[in-house]
Amino acid sequence: MTTDTTVIAPESGNGAARKERISHLIQQHGALMVLFALIVVGTFGFDSFATPENAASVVVASSFTAIIAIGMTFVIISGGIDLSVGSLFVLGGVLAAWGSQYGAVVALLLPLLACGAVGLAQGLLIARTGMAPFIVTLAGLLGVRGLMLAISDEGATTYLVRDRTFAALGQGEILGLTYPVYITIVLALLGMLLLQRTGFGQNVYAIGGNEQAAALMGVPVARTKVYVYLMSGLLAGLAGALNAARLSSGVTILGIGLELDVIAAVVIGGTLLTGGAGGLTGTIAGVLLLGVIQSLINQVGNLTSSFQQVVSGAFLALVVIAQRLLSKAQRL
Amino acid sequence: MAEATTAPSGPPGRLDRARVFIWLQEYGVYAAVLALLAFNVLFTPHFLDAANFRTQLVQVAPIVIVSLGMALVIGTQGIDLSVGSVMALAAAVVVLYLGYGAWPAILMALLAGAVVGAAGGSLVAYVGVQPIVATLALLVGVRGIANVLVPQLKEFRNPDLIALGSGSLLGLPLVVIIAAALTVVVTFLVRRTTFGRQVVAIGGNRAASELSGLPVKRVLLTVYVISGVLAAIAGVLATARLQASDPTSLGQFIELSAITAVVVGGTPLTGGRIRVLSTVMGALLMQLLSATLIKHNLPQSWTQMVQAGIILAAVYATRERGTR
Repeated sequence: MTTDTTVIAPESGNGAARKERISHLIQQHGALMVLFALIVVGTFGFDSFATPENAASVVVASSFTAIIAIGMTFVIISGGIDLSVGSLFVLGGVLAAWGSQYGAVVALLLPLLACGAVGLAQGLLIARTGMAPFIVTLAGLLGVRGLMLAISDEGATTYLVRDRTFAALGQGEILGLTYPVYITIVLALLGMLLLQRTGFGQNVYAIGGNEQAAALMGVPVARTKVYVYLMSGLLAGLAGALNAARLSSGVTILGIGLELDVIAAVVIGGTLLTGGAGGLTGTIAGVLLLGVIQSLINQVGNLTSSFQQVVSGAFLALVVIAQRLLSKAQRL
Repeated sequence: MAEATTAPSGPPGRLDRARVFIWLQEYGVYAAVLALLAFNVLFTPHFLDAANFRTQLVQVAPIVIVSLGMALVIGTQGIDLSVGSVMALAAAVVVLYLGYGAWPAILMALLAGAVVGAAGGSLVAYVGVQPIVATLALLVGVRGIANVLVPQLKEFRNPDLIALGSGSLLGLPLVVIIAAALTVVVTFLVRRTTFGRQVVAIGGNRAASELSGLPVKRVLLTVYVISGVLAAIAGVLATARLQASDPTSLGQFIELSAITAVVVGGTPLTGGRIRVLSTVMGALLMQLLSATLIKHNLPQSWTQMVQAGIILAAVYATRERGTR
C-alpha cells in the first residue's frame, strides 16, 4: 500500500507527483469515499436509513459476502480468480446443516474440510499444471454445484440445523450485531496482517505483479498459489456454514451466482483484476457499498430489486472506467 | 497441424505421446461425440427416433448460437459474460415491440443486443477495461434493465413469432436451421475474410497487430457487437419457442455453457485461434452428455460433475501443446 507512492514520488516533478499521489489515493480509498458520501445522502434523504436497525441489517447481510471477499482479494491480488466460491458457499451451508445432527463441531468442521479440499485441489491444478484459474474454478463451480445437488436429492431436501449451539453461532447477538459480524471483523483484521505484514502477503503481491520475476527472485510461486486457493475455499465454506446457522437450514438455492457479487465488490474496492495491487480495506468498503446501495434502493420503496441490478452494474462500470483512467494517470 | 508435424523431434516414445495429444486436441471433440452417439444407438432405447433428435437439436440451438460469438471473443483473448443477460434483454424488447409486428420487434431486439455489445466492446477496446469485468458489469446491469422492462413472465400470441419458434422447413425445426446457417456464416467470416484474419491476429499478438497497422480497437469492438447480436438472436429464438418472455430466468448461466463449449472444442483461452466447428461440436457434446445421463436415469447433479471433469480434461489436453 505504501511502497508505490514512497518510491516513485521523489523522482518525478512536484505537480506530477501530487497528481500521481492523489490518483493513487482515489484508487485505494475511492470505495470508502463513495461509501461515506452515500451514507451521508441516505442519512439526510431518508428517515429510516440511519437507524440502528437498518445499519445492523446492512452489516449482518454483508458479513457473509465479506468473508468470501477476503479470500477472493488474496486470489485476485495473486493474479488469479476463483469462480467456485458461490457453489462452495452453498455446499458449505448444506454440509453444515446436514452435519449439525452430529453436533456443533461436526457442523463447523465438515464444510471447512470439504471446501478446503476443493480449494486445495483447485490450487494444485492451477499451480502444478499451469491451467488457467478461470477454467479450473469454472469446472469447480459446476462440479461443486453438482456435488451439492447430489447430497441434497437434487436440491429437493433442505436439511435443518439440529444443533442449538451451532445455530447460536449464526444467530447470537452482542450489542445488536450477530456473531458472524464479529467473526468477519476478526478475519478481516487477520487478513490485513497476513497481507501487509508477512512474507506470505508480500509473495502474493509479487506473484500478481510479475510472476516470472517473482519466481526468479526465489518466491515459492506454486506453494503461495496453492495456499491462496485453499484459503479462498476455506473462507467460502465458513461463510456457508455461518449462513446455514443463521437461517437454521442448508438452503440449496441461495448463493448461486454469488461469485460475481464478490468479484464485483473486490473490484469496486480498488483491487486490480490484473493482480499485484489492492487491499482488504477497499474490499470491505466495496462489500458495504453494495449493501448500502441495496438498502438505499429499498428505502426508495416502490423500486424493485431489478433497479438494484441496474445501479450495481452501472456502478461497477463507472468504477472500472475510473480505475483505468487513474492507473493511466499513475503511469505518466 | 502445420506446426504439429515439425514439432516432435525427440525419441519415438515422446513423439507418440505428443502426437496423441495433438490428435486429441484436433479431433477429440469429434471422437467424443461419435463415441457418445455410438453408445446411445446401442444402449439407449428410442434414441434414433426423429422426435428425440429434434428435441435435442432444438434445445442446443440457442447455446450453439451464443457459443459462436463466444468463440470469436475468446479468440481475441477476451471473454463475454453478458450473453445470458443480453438474451433476457432481447426477450424483453421483443415482446414490448410486438405491437408493431414480429419483424420490427425482432429487429429492435437485435439492435438492443448490438448496443450492449457495443457498450462492452468500447469498454474493452477504447477504455482498456479487462473483458471479464466490463462484461460482468453488463451481466449484472443488463439483466436488471430486462427485468425493469418486463417484470413478470409475459405470454404472447403473435403467430409469426410463434411460427419462428416452433415452425419447420423440410422437416427440420427453423431454430436449428438458423443455428446451422449462422455457423456457416461465422465459419466463413473466420476462415475467408480479412476481418476473420484480423481477429485471429489480434488474439495472437495484440501489440504486433497494432504495430502492423491493424485497426485493433475497431475489430475488438466489432467482435463484441457480433457476440451481442448473436446472443440477442438466441434470446429471440428461445422466447419464440417458449411463447412467453421470461427475462428473469432466460439465459441464466448460458455464458458458462458457451465458454464450456468453446473450451471443450479446443479453442485456447489464450487467444489467437478460433475453432468454429469444434465449438459447435463442444456444445453438441455437452447436450448429448446430459441427455445420455438423463436417459439412463442419472440425475442432474451427475451431469454437472461429469461436465466439470470434461472441461478439465479438455483444457489439460490443450495445455500440452500450448507451450510456445
